[in-house]
Amino acid sequence: MQIGLGEDGPIKGRRVVVTGLGAVSCCGVGAPALFEGLLSISYSEDRRVPDFDAGAFFGAKELRRIDRFAQLSVAAAAEAVTDARLGDVNPDRAGVIFGTGIGGMTTLTAQAALMAEKGPARVSPFLAPMMMPNAGAAQIAMRLGWNGPAETVTTACAAGTHSLGAAARLVASGRVDVAIGGGGESVMDPLAFAGFQNMTALSKSGVSRPFDVARDGFLMSEGAGALVLESFEHAQGRGARIYAEILGAASTADAFHITAPRADGAGARRCIELALSDAGVEATAIGNINAHGTGTSLNDLAESSAINAVFTEGAPPVTSAKGVTGHSLGGAGAIEAVASVLTIDRMLIPPTAGLETIDPEIHLDVVCELPRPLERPLVLSNSFGFGGHNGCVVFGPRP
Amino acid sequence: MSDDATFEKFKGCAVEVLQVDPAAIVLTASFADDLDADSLDLVELVMALEEAFDITVEEDELDGVETVGQAYQLVTAKL
Repeated sequence: MQIGLGEDGPIKGRRVVVTGLGAVSCCGVGAPALFEGLLSISYSEDRRVPDFDAGAFFGAKELRRIDRFAQLSVAAAAEAVTDARLGDVNPDRAGVIFGTGIGGMTTLTAQAALMAEKGPARVSPFLAPMMMPNAGAAQIAMRLGWNGPAETVTTACAAGTHSLGAAARLVASGRVDVAIGGGGESVMDPLAFAGFQNMTALSKSGVSRPFDVARDGFLMSEGAGALVLESFEHAQGRGARIYAEILGAASTADAFHITAPRADGAGARRCIELALSDAGVEATAIGNINAHGTGTSLNDLAESSAINAVFTEGAPPVTSAKGVTGHSLGGAGAIEAVASVLTIDRMLIPPTAGLETIDPEIHLDVVCELPRPLERPLVLSNSFGFGGHNGCVVFGPRP
Repeated sequence: MSDDATFEKFKGCAVEVLQVDPAAIVLTASFADDLDADSLDLVELVMALEEAFDITVEEDELDGVETVGQAYQLVTAKL
């Protein structure tokens, strides 16, 4: 991962490794539940997090004052920190970059309804801290007592991936030794459904079918993913178990359209190229692409074009988690990052659920029906957001 | 409404907003020291009391209100 440009070319940063994973998704609570759900294609029908007990993380008073998206974010981060067996860290050298696409929208809609019914004097004094998109990052930093940077990236459906990239760069640069990167979302709200439905982004059939000829949109879900990142020296110094290395990350903008990707996928293509360059690896080294693969007509076609334009010697097997997980917007990239790390850890690529007949215009080897062994331990994870935001991260095996 | 019933109603609001044991809501209890309530908690509690008792409490009336007894007096004076 590069951290700047010197007279002799790019300056390489410190190596960044992943030492803890956390996820709450429609597959259940926990990163293991996520990966098992992806492998066995099992999930909650309403695409909410089943059996989520927020009371395990918050007191009764706190629960009333923290929007569900931030509750899910804290749960994922808490699991990742426990998983990393972090122990004491220097709080000045520990940070949080946690994304969301929207923030506390369900709080906002509930309070708007309350104001319409009872007037402004009944609006909660906690409206602002509940709806702010940075509530997740703030709650995580507060719980851990970490005093380094705690920031939120909001780039719609690319927010989780961008947050992870930014957190990794924070570690690589030397600003912090430990960082949590990730994202969370919960907008299972009639207003949000109406908006996405009316822009024809949501599946009318109610089936998530990434890359399928019959795909008709995404299925909205809620969830959060979190990764504990450390400099390799810091992880080694405390004898940490290392899952994987973050080799590179990139971010580009289409600068084209507020919702549609460029049909030729040029912005996505450039992002993939930059991520590979940041990682210092050739395209041929990648063993799996964890695609954005939303199951919308436009995304899957543009992503396919972008992949084929970069991987000119043949693209590696591609998979989309969204056939199982649905699309948790700002949580998606983080959840898929957890899945990508576990793909390397287990050397197994989860299948793409919902895919029966691949679109003849999509020329990709999409893993479906059954998991497939990972042949080269490098995974590229893509995320693309409304607004034309592209994010990519490259994961490699533990050093 | 009897004094007891009024206090029970007051207590119900405080328990709901502050999420504390009903037994902790006594006249001498300090919001900050005994009930872990900060200024925003008090704002939310007053909103609940306004709704429950159909009264209006102005912001400056809360100045100096530090105990359950003071808040209760503020409410009952308006009934």
